[in-house]
Amino acid sequence: MLSTSEMTPETIEQEKLYLELGLSEAEYQHVKQILKRRPNFTETGIFSVMWSEHCSYKTSKPLLKKFPSTAPHVLQGPGEGAGVIDIGDGLAAVFKIESHNHPSAVEPYQGAATGVGGIIRDVFSMGARPVALMNSLRFGNPGTGNVNHLFQEVVRGIAGYGNCVGIPTVGGEVQFDASYEDNPLVNAMCVGIIRHEDLQKGIASGAGNTVMYAGAPTGRDGIHGATFASGDLTEDSDKDRPSVQVGDPFMEKLLIEACLEAIQSDALVGMQDMGAAGLTSSASEMASKAGTGMTMNLDLVPQREANMSAYELMLSESQERMLLVVQNGREQEMVDIFAKYGLEAAAVGEVTEDTSFRLLQHGSVVADIPVDALAEEAPVYHMPSKEAAYVRAFRQMDDFIPEVRDHGATLKQLLQQPTIASKEYVYDQYDSMVQTNTVVTPGSDAAVIRMKGTDKALAITTDCNSRYLYLDPEVGGKIAVAEAARNIVCSGAKPLGLTDGLNYGNPTNPEVFWQMEKSVEGMSTAANMLKTPVISGNVSLYNQSNGKSIYPTPVVGMVGLATSLHHITPSFFQESGDLVYVIGGTQPEFGGSALQKLVSGHYEGKAPSIDLQVEADRQHKLLQAIQTGLIQSAHDLSEGGLAVAMAESVFAGNKLGAEADVAGDATVALFSETQSRFLVTVKPEHRKAFETMLTDAVHIGHVTDNNKLIVRINGTTTIDEDVSTLHQLWKGAIPCMLNRKA
Amino acid sequence: MKFAVVVFPGSNCDRDMYHAVREVLQEEADLVWHESGNLQDYDAILLPGGFSYGDYLRSGAVAAVSDIMDQVKRQAAQGKPVLGVCNGFQVLLESGLLPGAMLPNEKLAFMCHQETLKVANNRTMFTTEYNQGETVQFPIAHGEGNYYCDDKTKAKLEANDQIVFTYQNNPNGSTGAIAGIVNEQGNVLGMMPHPERASEAIIGSADGIRLFQSLVKNWREAHVVNV
Repeated sequence: MLSTSEMTPETIEQEKLYLELGLSEAEYQHVKQILKRRPNFTETGIFSVMWSEHCSYKTSKPLLKKFPSTAPHVLQGPGEGAGVIDIGDGLAAVFKIESHNHPSAVEPYQGAATGVGGIIRDVFSMGARPVALMNSLRFGNPGTGNVNHLFQEVVRGIAGYGNCVGIPTVGGEVQFDASYEDNPLVNAMCVGIIRHEDLQKGIASGAGNTVMYAGAPTGRDGIHGATFASGDLTEDSDKDRPSVQVGDPFMEKLLIEACLEAIQSDALVGMQDMGAAGLTSSASEMASKAGTGMTMNLDLVPQREANMSAYELMLSESQERMLLVVQNGREQEMVDIFAKYGLEAAAVGEVTEDTSFRLLQHGSVVADIPVDALAEEAPVYHMPSKEAAYVRAFRQMDDFIPEVRDHGATLKQLLQQPTIASKEYVYDQYDSMVQTNTVVTPGSDAAVIRMKGTDKALAITTDCNSRYLYLDPEVGGKIAVAEAARNIVCSGAKPLGLTDGLNYGNPTNPEVFWQMEKSVEGMSTAANMLKTPVISGNVSLYNQSNGKSIYPTPVVGMVGLATSLHHITPSFFQESGDLVYVIGGTQPEFGGSALQKLVSGHYEGKAPSIDLQVEADRQHKLLQAIQTGLIQSAHDLSEGGLAVAMAESVFAGNKLGAEADVAGDATVALFSETQSRFLVTVKPEHRKAFETMLTDAVHIGHVTDNNKLIVRINGTTTIDEDVSTLHQLWKGAIPCMLNRKA
Repeated sequence: MKFAVVVFPGSNCDRDMYHAVREVLQEEADLVWHESGNLQDYDAILLPGGFSYGDYLRSGAVAAVSDIMDQVKRQAAQGKPVLGVCNGFQVLLESGLLPGAMLPNEKLAFMCHQETLKVANNRTMFTTEYNQGETVQFPIAHGEGNYYCDDKTKAKLEANDQIVFTYQNNPNGSTGAIAGIVNEQGNVLGMMPHPERASEAIIGSADGIRLFQSLVKNWREAHVVNV
């Protein structure tokens, strides 16, 4: 390879070096038109990262427009560091989810750790104090390939970063399926709380104002990470390990405190995290949003290594850095605030009136690009879309009921499926309690954190059953949103909004693009119906390895509001004698079910159907019943159906059991995954009031104190198991799988 | 009574400690930045949990040699109550105010959950509001909470009644299931479990608030006339 100095604009064109950097032929020609000359090496690098899928959303943008993103309570929709919703009392919740899949595939500890660091910065760059972390993880089946290593290191990475910065990791979800074997998904979500008046934006307004660089110095790590994340993982992806950044959570903690202090100063005009594409994207986006230009002198950028080129400085993804715009003449105030925390804040440039993005190094101009060309005018592609042939075949398949001989034994097997089994191994490694707000700790339908000084609480969940999306992306997309909302409602809160973490395969494959298109349509329909606008999100494409695409996995991170702490409802059974109800009827729906996987080893057929009007009505009525004080516990029915939900409800270690009588086919009644159903318990004295309110609730039994789970189907005892035995199997499954291969 | 919550770079339970003292206990408290405080102005010193200085080198090792620890040592020598929780306990061990050292948890992983503790000594200024032998629920959240001391030190701790809390189901491999100890004078308590996280029932347990109440009560009895 040529040295940087030899890469003249002419050689870049002649040798087509731009292709190596990720710009297509047409994109390179477009760059030439914009600049009216050939771009130099630094400029070529800047265009290639800013126009990468990761930064520009060039293939997903047309789809993202379909999401409903406005509502009276949405204070900030997509486009800033994170979305913001009003939660009353002058407070707002700030949240976003982001993926770090490719880095985690090649370097799981640092990949996951820096994913957490990045999403935290997105939230506090808005001025909000981060109050909770969540995550959504996908791995191959434990024990296969490199899965155990990836799983253990990702969890350790999330813990290592989140625990140190002092933000509780309050919950999340982990699912296992062969389609993620080489390409795990690591999506991290952060929630912050802010007073409306402190809301901060990433804008570089006011010509003459000073651009300041704060935080860790820039090194040669993570160069071109955004481009790496915008291509397929291949066998030699290991060579991309230098594209993975290394995180320093201690630095992040100092940066959080310094930035939250800086926000209190009116000298601060705007602030943005240096995330993907580092200095390039933060600087150009801040200027583009403000309609201004920016000049930066790269000699003034704090540097960790000697002789860094302009290209390296602009494309480095060194962690724990922020870009600030500060009123001219008040730079010292910022320097002092950051110095208190041992951090450097350096003036590196100024906001200009013209709209060009100009970089100087060693006294000469090393890049001069119209700002809008990088952000606003990035190319947009409308990819060809084609209905996936397998989905058409699946839709033609008849409903079926898997053959089950011993329902008790089947329940035991289901409880040990890694996707269903207890995730205590995972969440015990997370500090879920720091900040002393965690009312509902990990392991419930949704995590709940109170807001000190109010009687309110936030409920947070991440959800996505990608097996349904694989069978039918549109229906699966609806279910993903509906299930998230179900979890929020079960915890006693009203769903307010969501952030989407869209993970798919290679979008140049028309069938993959069709999956994207259909799942976004399904999610949009559900988000409209359930009044949960999409206020922020992230797209991760090219998730495939060795030619195999992952299941479409649009993770839903949802936040809801409990208007009183009294509404917070546990998902476990509470008291012996309480009546057990199932809300919603059951059909034989086994496509994509846990039972189908157990019996046949694969997924096929129709996804469970969903009627969003029924869903919305039930959620509304259940929340009403909770707010009226009629509900002792509420749990949604999901993977493994009623039998698994009942078992989970008696795993609180309080020696309770349950007895139920259900009619119909035993396999359907126990294991079908029909949507929009809830398992709730009610005190006997509330029976009448509850049944009047929820007319489609069926009384199936009661909570007992004998630590046994008994279910009779049409009068015949079909399940009769000791709760402690079931609990042991459920709790021990994941540690057991890890030890076996350790 | 006025509490100082010492804040090191990387402390992250400082605000939790402050909240427990100010809002739950309803006593005076200040967050005291490690470079700027005068600890003489306070009646008790709290060293909170977290990752002071990133726990680089060893947990608590860098904070232990920071300037403010000279003040903490002087105040401790005068008999002022000093409480170190989690990382605060690690700082107390590293600074020599308490004997022993911390090892990584036996399972080599960070762990966070409620633990049942036994009050092994209710005659300290931190524990008079508990019954001797009472079991209480406090959360733990640490990666290096495996308390170690040699047999001689352990015998001495036992002889002097310096073991204040023990774990019912030793989660981390600590010597003698020790969860918290005091110095010989009884005014410096270090413990891995978090009393400030057990200060309100809504967050899982209110058993920890009695630790702070014990401190206030004993301080009032010693300092305030005409109660």
